[in-house]
Amino acid sequence: MTITANAPYEFTSHDRQEDFRGARLVYVGWNRHMMFASPYCWPLPPDTPFGALVEGPMAQAFGMHPDWKKIDWAKAEWTRNGEPFSPDPAKSLADNGVAHKDSLKFTTPGLDGIAGAGI
Amino acid sequence: MTETKSTVFLCLQANDDTRGVIDAIERDNEHASFDYQPGMVRITAPGTLTVNRETVEEEVGREFDLQELHINMISLSGHVDEDDDALVLSWDR
Amino acid sequence: MDIAVTKKKKLGLKERYALMTRGLGWEPTYQSVDDVFPMDTFEGIKIHDWDAWEDPFRLTMDAYWKYQAEKERKLYAILDAFAQGNGHLTLSDARYINTVKLFINGLAPLEYMSHRGFAHIGRQFRGVGPRVACMMQSLDEMRHAQTQVHAISNYNRYYDGMANFRHHHTHLPYLQVPRSFFEDAATGGPFEFIVAIGFAFEYVLTNLVFVPFISGAAYNGDMGAMTFGFSAQSDEARHMTLGLEVIKFVLEQDPDNLPIVQKWLNKWTWRGVRVLTLVAMMQDYMLPKRVMSWAEAWEIYFEENCGALFRDLARYGIEVPPCVEQVRKERDHLSHMAWCQFYQARGTSNFHAWLPSKEDMDWLSAKYPDTFDQYYRPRFEYWAKLEEEGTPFEAQTPPQQCQVCQIPTIFPVPGEPLTRAEHTCEHDGERFHFCSEWCQVIFEDEPEKYVQANLGAHELYKGNLFGDADPTAEGFDPMAAAMAFLKLTPAESGLHKDSEDARNFDLWRGLATRNDA
Repeated sequence: MTITANAPYEFTSHDRQEDFRGARLVYVGWNRHMMFASPYCWPLPPDTPFGALVEGPMAQAFGMHPDWKKIDWAKAEWTRNGEPFSPDPAKSLADNGVAHKDSLKFTTPGLDGIAGAGI
Repeated sequence: MTETKSTVFLCLQANDDTRGVIDAIERDNEHASFDYQPGMVRITAPGTLTVNRETVEEEVGREFDLQELHINMISLSGHVDEDDDALVLSWDR
Repeated sequence: MDIAVTKKKKLGLKERYALMTRGLGWEPTYQSVDDVFPMDTFEGIKIHDWDAWEDPFRLTMDAYWKYQAEKERKLYAILDAFAQGNGHLTLSDARYINTVKLFINGLAPLEYMSHRGFAHIGRQFRGVGPRVACMMQSLDEMRHAQTQVHAISNYNRYYDGMANFRHHHTHLPYLQVPRSFFEDAATGGPFEFIVAIGFAFEYVLTNLVFVPFISGAAYNGDMGAMTFGFSAQSDEARHMTLGLEVIKFVLEQDPDNLPIVQKWLNKWTWRGVRVLTLVAMMQDYMLPKRVMSWAEAWEIYFEENCGALFRDLARYGIEVPPCVEQVRKERDHLSHMAWCQFYQARGTSNFHAWLPSKEDMDWLSAKYPDTFDQYYRPRFEYWAKLEEEGTPFEAQTPPQQCQVCQIPTIFPVPGEPLTRAEHTCEHDGERFHFCSEWCQVIFEDEPEKYVQANLGAHELYKGNLFGDADPTAEGFDPMAAAMAFLKLTPAESGLHKDSEDARNFDLWRGLATRNDA
């Protein structure tokens, strides 16, 4: 559908990739760890290695959860915008196909949050 | 239409101005119930609720313009029908 | 003496109303009606007979001035007494002041927006009846904004988080939820605006705002807020009646109006409920002395009251908006999820957060037996342990937000409380995310509108929150620059127990109840 307006209505999005000075926005959320109230948002250069996202921004955001240190990253399962996704930690975000405003989620089998309660 | 008897309600501030109004509503609406909460009263009734000017005037002992209700009204539900003599809330039309 | 009093026969209410409203309109002679009222047709709503409009209260302008003046006199007498008697020290608890902050920052500016909106559409409708009704509502809304600012200024003299309410409403990320809600309505056409605000917000949802804030004020010893609340609310009965009248009028005019109105009802019921997330949270977590739970208020004021409304509107073919199913499923989760979000993002809001006490949690368990102990108590207990250990949990990173309602994407899949919902689509080569199916439906209906949203995290990363600071300067601290631009000071945010407000309230109340040697 398009908007019902009384005059031509043409505006560009406020969050185009070029608005972020070379970075692209990436969101990451941790499944079954509801203590973190939502996925978080970072601006990252497209050549950032995927592993650096995990060790840098993600560790800062999620590191205070006691499960963080126990994660076996080889077993972690990822989705990108809800679709299965297999990132290579050595490759860049761009080479892993992570586009501007993609939303990543990861599941850590065996780790089920505080007291196993999904939090 | 439907068999469910819908409820209308009228919330008034509970103060000196409304005491007589509330008494009048009680006299004219046997089916209504009155829930007193801090600072207010919520009057609910199945179907319709009527505020009659004459009854209010008897209660407050003076002439009463039903539009004075605007000062102390908090909330209501249902269709409103107002003239000089009565204010009626109802889901019946 | 026995003089016969010849009472001059007064005109009846209906006659007075006809003269003082319809009688004020005229047919333009040297301009076409379409040119005088250019905005009331483009939305596709067809009106054949504007005179069929009924104003049930039949309030005329002269009576309006009389009663509004009376309301003001009553209000200011009480506000003066409140200020003169140090009314702020009669509160149940210092935590209560945070609800006042939420009100002045989040809601009072919406009253002003509503004033502007109704002034606008009061000019745009070609029917005289609705123009007069909208003009009165516009004046009411201005009065509400003014009296709220006035009343709350008595708190602003003593406590943090209120002084910059206008700036914060425009810029603080969490306040973009209510702000964008209203801007969405105000940028629709006149019919959409009046259905959105006049009907969906004022009629369907107004009681859910009134109960927590105004009854909440009454329960917590806040005579000032209680009084402006009652005073403003005395206008709401008229607004609600206008809202319902609009719906009936529009639906009776032409069958083609039904799908348009139903679409707006679906949209605005959902938009309204999403905004009420703030209110639900306030009701269950921020009132030291509680009125009723959000779930109870929802049962009384939506299920019971709006059930009757939608049964009545069924005669026109109107159906209960489909989103209501999800609202029911979220009923026992909404306030808890919201408080978890505000607790961990407490560094970016202008009111204080705290963890519910053991007593609070027992109340929450009793009110939410199916959800609280299983899903939320463990979070609060774990966070309480971290607070005790001196390492309180706080989010380190801005959240992902919904493109439409702008709330962080905190909501789970309905019926699956431990699975975060994920709704996404591509538009014009760009990806967008939503908190729910219903916000996505709204986006996809008018994507050109919502791609213009300014989401907090994105604004920060684009560099739009740095004011005049130079991000290329050596040692540039982006967070400090953003806080300066947002005019957010450390005193306004963080934990309640560490706050200046908590300390001062205890100190002043102590001074008020004992004599120091």
